[in-house]
Amino acid sequence: MAETDRRGDRKGYWRATLKLTLSLLGVWFLVSYGAGILFQEYLDQFSIGGAPLGFWFAQQGSIYVFVVLIFVYCFAMNRLERIYGVEG
Amino acid sequence: MDSAFGDQTFWSYLFVAVTFAMYIGIAVWARAGSTDDFYVAGHDVHPVVNGMATAADWMSAASFLSMAGLIAFLGYGGSVYLMGWTGGYVLLALLLAPFLREFGKFTVPDFVGDRYYSTFARIVAVVCALFVSFTYIAGQMKGVGVAFSGFLGVPFEWGIGIGMVIVFFYAVLGGMKGVTYTQVAQYCVLIFAYTVPAIFISLIITDNPVPQLGFISNAAGEDISMLDKLNGVVRDLGFLEYTSTSKSMFDIFCITAALMFGTAGLPHVIIRFFTVPSAKAARVSAGWALLFIALLYTTAPAVGAFARLNFIDTVNEATYVSGDDYASAAQAIEAEGGMPIPQWFKSWEQTGLLSFEDKNGDGKMQVRGPQAPDGLENEVIANRDIFVLANPEIAQLPGWVIGLVVAGGLAAALSTAAGLLMVISSAISHDLCRRTLFKNMSDTTELRVARASAAGAVLAAGLLGLFASQLGFVAQVVAFAFGLAAASLFPIILLGIFWKRMNKEGAISSMLVGLISTFAYIYYFKFGGGVPADYWLGVSPEGIGFVFMWVSMAVGIIVALMTPTPPQDIQDLVDDIRVPGTRRAHGVADAGMGPVSVSREM
Repeated sequence: MAETDRRGDRKGYWRATLKLTLSLLGVWFLVSYGAGILFQEYLDQFSIGGAPLGFWFAQQGSIYVFVVLIFVYCFAMNRLERIYGVEG
Repeated sequence: MDSAFGDQTFWSYLFVAVTFAMYIGIAVWARAGSTDDFYVAGHDVHPVVNGMATAADWMSAASFLSMAGLIAFLGYGGSVYLMGWTGGYVLLALLLAPFLREFGKFTVPDFVGDRYYSTFARIVAVVCALFVSFTYIAGQMKGVGVAFSGFLGVPFEWGIGIGMVIVFFYAVLGGMKGVTYTQVAQYCVLIFAYTVPAIFISLIITDNPVPQLGFISNAAGEDISMLDKLNGVVRDLGFLEYTSTSKSMFDIFCITAALMFGTAGLPHVIIRFFTVPSAKAARVSAGWALLFIALLYTTAPAVGAFARLNFIDTVNEATYVSGDDYASAAQAIEAEGGMPIPQWFKSWEQTGLLSFEDKNGDGKMQVRGPQAPDGLENEVIANRDIFVLANPEIAQLPGWVIGLVVAGGLAAALSTAAGLLMVISSAISHDLCRRTLFKNMSDTTELRVARASAAGAVLAAGLLGLFASQLGFVAQVVAFAFGLAAASLFPIILLGIFWKRMNKEGAISSMLVGLISTFAYIYYFKFGGGVPADYWLGVSPEGIGFVFMWVSMAVGIIVALMTPTPPQDIQDLVDDIRVPGTRRAHGVADAGMGPVSVSREM
């Protein structure tokens, strides 16, 4: 099985970790600096409930996404560690 | 304070006494028996427990008392604090915490000194850690003094003294172990004290008991959303719209980023992640920490908006009630069809946090912005802390709730102070004494020195708190803490993990460039007479740490490329900390002190 093949492949584990980290940081950037700051004015023409969307991202939405991001990271890292046979 | 506070003073005393007794009880129970216990709570704190402790460690008197009010005044501009002080945890969880835990030592200067095989690098890191922590702790001790003098009728100096005794108990006796478990208790106190009034004020303003939902709901009993109503109200009075800001987008970007990267580089936050058993635990612990923090940080903007709306609704154009007999005077005004000022305004006026000057002599209070359409002048000045402090009364909650808020504010200040004390004492006893000056010191002696330096740090912090209030510089120097952490500590920790080629020379020049440039810039614009028109690239001192962070990184990389590669031992060490569970001892890096075992699993 492919999974057993990768046990002990430290370089592969590190590459996979970097890839995961970069994609999650991409989301991190998009919700805060993107939606909350750079595109705030554009997004403000839409609304979520009674709040302008860009403003909402800056004061609420980005924080929710941050929390979810860290737990997704934990989950994905645990999976990587199983695949690569890393003890964690 | 007089009758208006009589009942509440009793409750405040009660809550403060009960919570303080609890903190001391925990301190006695969680005594530290070894340096391992004292610096990192024996490395066996459960991730959820550590998450809660980190949340209390992180949320200071400013988060608890001032942030909602700050956002109420700044509107959208306040978002920099919300995103900045939470987004840093993503960086911490993904880029730093698990690797530093895997590295397996006691302090942030430990990592810098050993990864960069240099005593000089360690000393520079100690200087950064001490500067950042002392800056921060002054504000906490001042907060303790203010809470005591404002609510319990205890003189300011005595208030700081009492705070020092309490912190002394659990920080000196229990070290990190005592601090951890008291912080858990303090988190519970502070989050309860914050949410209860928030729920009731949300019900009053929006009919929705959940503040985060009330924030996006309609104003109570009206067909317009709460935020639209607020925008209209503040615009009509000549303020900027609530959902907009006068700052440039680039400045907002830089301030948010400086706060985020600064958060990730703050030693008192980082060391909390040394207390868990493994890298895996460090990751999940950061998630719990941010979840616990988010409970308060998503409530704060709602409280801010509600408070601003309510404040204008009940205070603007209200008839001022002079004299001591509020009830009958208010009745008389109502009988004539007027609107008297609310009772809470009257009681808080005595604290000096609210003031009214009848500039146009009409007996009514006008709240106006700088561009008021009717040309009237603003007559009401409100301290930003008032919004959280007066919330229970605004929401007409019973007297005990305000006692709860006082206990919550003290919990927030004391828990942060304790976390900072641990950084200060370990930087002195471990990094300066054990690792630099007296390398043969025994564990028992080091523990004694650690307790002594914690005691000294408590004293120094108390004195700083006293002076801080006299000089009034606390708010001015917070920019220092985040800017310096972002520009001097964050880059070398990050590069130390993610770039094997980073060497001693690069690290030292990176830290020095970040430290000196950020310090000089902030000093010049805060104390040296610089004016906003001269800001470099239009970036305010609060945001400059982000700009110099890149400069510092670039300098570090260039210098490293021009100087020799780091020893093989160091490169092997970096390989090890990247892959959990593979950490072995490596000559140069671990000569002074071996790594602790990291294989234990929760």
